[in-house]
This record gives sequence, C-alpha cells and structure tokens, in this order.
Amino acid sequence: MLRTEGISKKFAAPVLRGIELNVNQGEVHALLGANGAGKSTLCRIISGLLWADSGRMFLDGKEFTSTTRQDAEQRGIQIVQQELNLLPTLTVAENMFLDRMPCRFGWIDRRELNRRAQAAMDALNLSQIDVRTQVSELGVGQRQLVEIAGALSRSCRLLILDEPTAALTATETERLFEQLRRLKSEGTGVIYISHRLEEIRQIADRISVLRDGRLITTQPVDELSTDEIVSLMTGAEPEVVEGVSGNTHGAGTGSSSVSERKLKGTALRVSGLSVEGRLTDVNFTLYEGERLGVAGLVGAGRTEMLRALFGDLRTDGGMIRVGDGIDRQPFEYPRDAVRAGFAMVTEDRKADGLMLSMSIRENTVLPVRRKLAWHGTLVRRRSEVAVTEAMRDSLGVISQSVEQPVDELSGGNQQKVILGKWLLTAPRILLLDEPTRGIDVPARMTILKQLNQLAERGTAILMVSSDLDELMQFCDRILVLSVGKISGDFRRDAWTKELLMQACFRGHVGLSGGSQ
Amino acid sequence: MTMSDSAPTMSDSAPSSERPSAPPRSWLSRLMKSGALIDLAGLAIVLLAIVAVFSWLSPRFFSQATLATIMNQIPALTILATGMTIVLISGGIDLSVGSLVAFSSAALGIVMAKYNQPLWLAIPAAIAAGSLFGLINGSVTVFGRIPSFIVTLGTLQIARGCAYLATSKSTIYLNRSVQVLTDRIAGIGLSPAAVSAMLIVVLGQLLLTRTVFGRYCVAIGTNESAVRMSGVDTRWTRIFVFVLCGALAGMAGVIESSRLSAVDPNGAAGRELQAIAAAVIGGTSLMGGRGSVIATLFGVLIMAVLESGLGQVGAQEEIKNLVTGSAIVVAVLFDSWRHRGTRRTS
Repeated sequence: MLRTEGISKKFAAPVLRGIELNVNQGEVHALLGANGAGKSTLCRIISGLLWADSGRMFLDGKEFTSTTRQDAEQRGIQIVQQELNLLPTLTVAENMFLDRMPCRFGWIDRRELNRRAQAAMDALNLSQIDVRTQVSELGVGQRQLVEIAGALSRSCRLLILDEPTAALTATETERLFEQLRRLKSEGTGVIYISHRLEEIRQIADRISVLRDGRLITTQPVDELSTDEIVSLMTGAEPEVVEGVSGNTHGAGTGSSSVSERKLKGTALRVSGLSVEGRLTDVNFTLYEGERLGVAGLVGAGRTEMLRALFGDLRTDGGMIRVGDGIDRQPFEYPRDAVRAGFAMVTEDRKADGLMLSMSIRENTVLPVRRKLAWHGTLVRRRSEVAVTEAMRDSLGVISQSVEQPVDELSGGNQQKVILGKWLLTAPRILLLDEPTRGIDVPARMTILKQLNQLAERGTAILMVSSDLDELMQFCDRILVLSVGKISGDFRRDAWTKELLMQACFRGHVGLSGGSQ
Repeated sequence: MTMSDSAPTMSDSAPSSERPSAPPRSWLSRLMKSGALIDLAGLAIVLLAIVAVFSWLSPRFFSQATLATIMNQIPALTILATGMTIVLISGGIDLSVGSLVAFSSAALGIVMAKYNQPLWLAIPAAIAAGSLFGLINGSVTVFGRIPSFIVTLGTLQIARGCAYLATSKSTIYLNRSVQVLTDRIAGIGLSPAAVSAMLIVVLGQLLLTRTVFGRYCVAIGTNESAVRMSGVDTRWTRIFVFVLCGALAGMAGVIESSRLSAVDPNGAAGRELQAIAAAVIGGTSLMGGRGSVIATLFGVLIMAVLESGLGQVGAQEEIKNLVTGSAIVVAVLFDSWRHRGTRRTS
C-alpha cells in the first residue's frame, strides 16, 4: 500500500540513507531501531511534516508528495507523534476537531462538536474522558489517548503511531490494540514505533529495523527472536549484548536483590503525606541501597508523590524523616530537597528536565555550578568541561563535544545527561519518574546499570514506571498507588504481575470491590 | 564523584567518527565557533554602513561635533539597555526603567537641592531609589507569580507618580557642578559618564558569561522549571536581576541630571522602549535565554547614529520615527533569519 523508494534526509549529518519501506494493506508494520536511528524522521517525511532530500513515495501504487501535513491527512495518512501536540487550554473536543470544526451560520456548533468527539472517544472505549474537559486537566496518558482518538476520527488509510504506549498503562494499551486490530481488519495499514519488544510481538505482523539511517531488514515478526531483533538494532552480535536474554529490560549486571546485600539504614521515612485531591495519607519507608518501584495507573498520584517529596508540590499534611534525622515537614522548595541529598529525574525531559538550546556542559553542571566555581561565583570553565567529559564518557553519551546543544541529542542521550547531572551531586535519595520512557534498549540498559551501581553504593532509589515488567526486573520492592493511596506493597518474592495489576485497580469504582 | 569507575557501556560501541575530538581550548576559537563574533561583526558592519550613508548625505556629519553629541547622548541609554538586556535574557522585561530614571534623579535632586548635600552622597541615594523599585518589581513578580510585564507596567506609573510627588511636579535646577560627570575629561575626550557606561558594558558581559549568577540568568531564561528542578533557588536570582536593572536605571538618572544640571520629573518618558529596542537590535531574544550586552551596545550606537544622522540631514520627526521603527523590525527579521537553523523541530 505504502512504498518508499530511496528516501534520504540530511540535517547536520545524514539521518536517512535510501530507505525502501513497504507497508501492506491491513498490516501493523513495526519500525524498530535505537533512538536516533531515523524512525521518527522517516515517519515525519511520510506524513508531510518534513521534506525528504531525495526519494519517492507511493500510496496505493500512485506516486505522491506530502508537502504539508494537511496534504497527507487528506490522502488518509494520519500520524500521532511522540511529543504531545495538544493545546492545553482548549477542550478535548476542540483539540480533536481543531481544523474541521462543525459550524452553523459561521458559529461553532458545540453540541455537534462534542457529539462527534464523544463518538470518537467511545470507539476507543474512552467514555470516561469527558470531551468538554480542558486538556490541561488530563494526565500524559490520557492526552496520548486523545491524540490517538483524534487521528482515528479521520479517514485513515495509513496510521503512524510513534511510541503510542510510552505513557499508557497496560489496560489502556490493550484497548489501543483492540482498535488497531479493528483497523487492520478494515484494511488500514499501521506503522508502529515502539521500544517495547513484547508489545511488538503482540501486535505487529512484520518489522523493519533501522540502524544509523539505513533500513537493515524487513521480516515477519515470528521469524525473529528477541535476541536477534536486539542485535539487528544495535549492530552487535547477540552474545555481546550482555544481560538481554529473553527479555528486553535486562538491567545488565548486578541485580543482586536487596536481601543479599545488607540494608544499612533508613534513607527516608514518609508518614501521612497528603496532597489535596491527589494523595491521601501515604506512608512508606525507603532504605539505603533499596530499589523501590512505584506502580499505578496514570493519574494514580505517582508523579505527584515524587514531586511532593522533592519540594515541588505543596503538601497538605504529612511528615518526612531523612536518614537518622528527625521528623520534619516536607520540603518547600526543590533546592532544600537537593541540599538534603535528594535528586529527581522528571517525567518530561523537555518541560523541566533540560534547557534544550543550551550545551551538554551547561545542563550537566547546573546542580553543582556553585561548588565548581571559584569562591562560588566565577565560573571555572575548565573544571566544568572536565566534569562533563567524565560524565559523558562513563554514561556513553554520544555527542560531538560537550558544547553541543542538548536538543541535537537523541532522547536516550538526553536522558543520560539528566542522570549524569545528578550523579555529580552523589545523591542519597534518587527519585525517578519514568526514567526509561521513549528510550532505546541500549540507553535503557546503560541507565538501569548505572542505577544498580548507585544502589549498590547505598543510594536509595524510588522509581516510578508504567512498565510493570521493568519494575519487576529492576526493583527490590514495589509500592502500588491507586487513586492517591498506597494499595499494595510487594517484596520481590511476593509479587506476581496479576497481584500488582489487581492492586493498581484497587479503589477504582466498579473494577474491584471490597479490597479497600 | 560517583561515576569514575563505571564500566564502558554498550553505546560506546558507536562509530568513533561520532566521538568528539578535544573541544576547542582557546577562548578565541570558541568565540569563532559560537557564531557570537559573526553576530558582532554583522552589527559593526551595519553601524559602519549607516555612518557611511550619513557621511555621504551630509558632509558635516563626520565631525567632532556630531561625535560629541552622540557620546553625550548614549551613556545613559547604554546603562539602561545593559540592565534591560540582563532582564530580557533571564526571561523577564522591565517597562518601568524610564520612570525609574525620573524618580532616581528626583532623589538626587532632593538630596542635593533640599538638603544641600554633595554629589557623592546624592549618587548613592539615586541608585538606592532605583534599586528599591527594582526590589519591588522583582519580589512582586516572583512571589506574586505575575508576569513582569504587568508588574512593571504598574511600577512605570507608580514611579512616575513618586517622581511628581517628590518634586511637586516642577523642575529642580541643580548647581552646575554636577556637570562634572558629563563633561569630557581633558586628555581622553570622554566624560566620566561615558567611561562608566563602557565599564558597565564590560562588567555586564563578564557577569553574564563568567559568573554563576549570569549563567543562572541565561539558564532561567531558557527553561526556568528545569533550573528550579535542578536544585537552584531561582527566586533570588530573578529578584536580583530586577534590583540590578533598577540600580542601573538609578545611575542613568544620575547621568541625565548631570547632563541637564536639572531634575525633570517628566524626563526619560518612553526611554524603556528605547532600551528594549537597543537590546533587540543587538539580537537579544524577548523570549529569554539569548543575548549579549556587547551586542546591545552596538544596538545603542546604531540607534544613536540614526537619530543624530537623521537630525543632521534635516529629517522631520515623522521620518525619524519611520526610519527608527523600520530599523528595529529589520534587525529582528535578520536576527531570526540568522538563528533559524539553530533549533531543530524534532
């Protein structure tokens, strides 16, 4: 159905080199590759968001050029991008129909607009999202679903999904897959980008692997083992890729469980932590060297919990105790938390993780700038460069120089920079919000390996992730949050995926009764 | 440091061509690479071109007298625009500086004329008056979580009102001795005001590029939440930026009073827009995160040369407005064209 011939694109360096891609009617075609391999660029070219330098594209045998996104949309090519593109101050319905508002006598017909939007949401089994709510009130996962519903509400010959499940919970993902299967049966082609290989096994028919801007292979998904896929993506022999055997989340080395190591002492005790409307009476203890996971559905209050502990959200009650200290009010400002030995990797790199237009060095040294400076005032460039280069080398950040702006790096490398900046502060307690979201397998392994090393040296790790498999792989213990309360606390030997899922849904009306 | 002993990671297997060679060591080569020099050279060329055009249009333009006029006019604006540039880079704006000039020179006038105090006592009073309003601007902006545009739009009126109250709306005439600040020093041909303006530009540039405070300003202008979430207390940095801008407005007020040997409570109206224009012509972004004080100096020079050149060739006020206005728009168009490729859309 879709065919591309010799698509090439250069930014500073070649990003795509002669891509020949074939997507059949009614198939889900997975596009795989490390971050920076060119997947997103290719999809943006197909959907008219970027122009190729050379090459041709055919839809149903007819050559076409997408000069604008509208152009591509009219041909039935819909894309849902990795970054969310909704306008936060408009309602869900307005966002979905922004370019085709139903009008009567030149005025927007709100009733019709909301009816159409609700119908589109119902088709995705998303009736619980009111299309009249402002997008700013929705969580990241729900926004993602709104975008997908918006794309599906258009005539759709070819649907491109770039990391659609990165922010979705397991149930939401399953709902999305139901829709994809329906689209497939209707003959729509789907290009599906994801780093979650088990998902791809579930939904995809064929996969294409991109590496360094080249299409390495296209094969039916059943013909490849996970090890083979990983080695195709990285270009390494399977046996060289240590720690990835039979799973994609291999945390590399050092997964010695916490019971084998000695738990030294309490790193953080939280009692009665509450944030109005978000968190109610959260109690837990985090030990030095412990890898504590936090699971829960989108909107369960996981991000809010981390932010409240880091002094970014105002709390409405509760005490914390750091190390051997005394009980105290939660921090009022992130700086106070950092001074007490906290560090936090935020969920959204672009919003509050990085200064995108500034260099790797400027981003890396930010928390320790004063310490590196002469008498805390004058910047000592040489020590900053040295520290940044050490970070870059130990985390394997691929860049031309430490003066390169971080927005030129791939997502995985950006995430390494954020982690690296906190390593410089030698944190006692590290809070992580979806640290591996949207990151390729090698970068994810590097990051998890670093986290393991930190834990072994006694840093307490509190990690939120929507990926249960990842949590089960990495953590010593998992807390489950549901509707702002802790609904489960499982040790490594006590959990099963089913138990964790049940705890995630506990407290949701009509889903699991009597377990409160 | 916690990471020195970690093992090489998988991503190290990337082709070595992508690995960096040693970063440029000398500050000159860094400057060349950063494109800042090209920007400055561009501004210098524009300035020279304008000078050339006026020299051709009016034979009297290239004279001691014109130079003196320009040198006389720019110190106050240069100092104001320096403060404005730092505010803009940190993501704020200060619309009150014109009124602050009037209010701080009123403070100077009162200390000198009413209390008969010497100039060296009156200068700190004027700077303190400006700083006080800067403190108000910054604190209300930060703790009230209000855009600085709105806050300073308010203090623009308030400071003007204070200037009227302090002077009973009438001009205070000062002893001619205050002109010592704007009279040229024998031998170097520059007034103390011009020398201090140059000094402030240099210090301002060093502040932005070489101090932790300056880097925080740039970082906050680029992404305030990221800086806050990195454990930096952005509140004090943001407040201090306004205090600095207010103090510089106070110095500009001193220079204005010295130049006129009088305090005019109506003076310097609209000067904030000239300061913003100078910064913007120099390439400072109104969105924050990008700009340079040296480039702002070129912006001031371009505006001053245009102004006095147009006067020399006998242009009417309306023509002056047209030309200066166009210069601002063209400068920004050119700047956005220069920087169009820096941000990838992906």
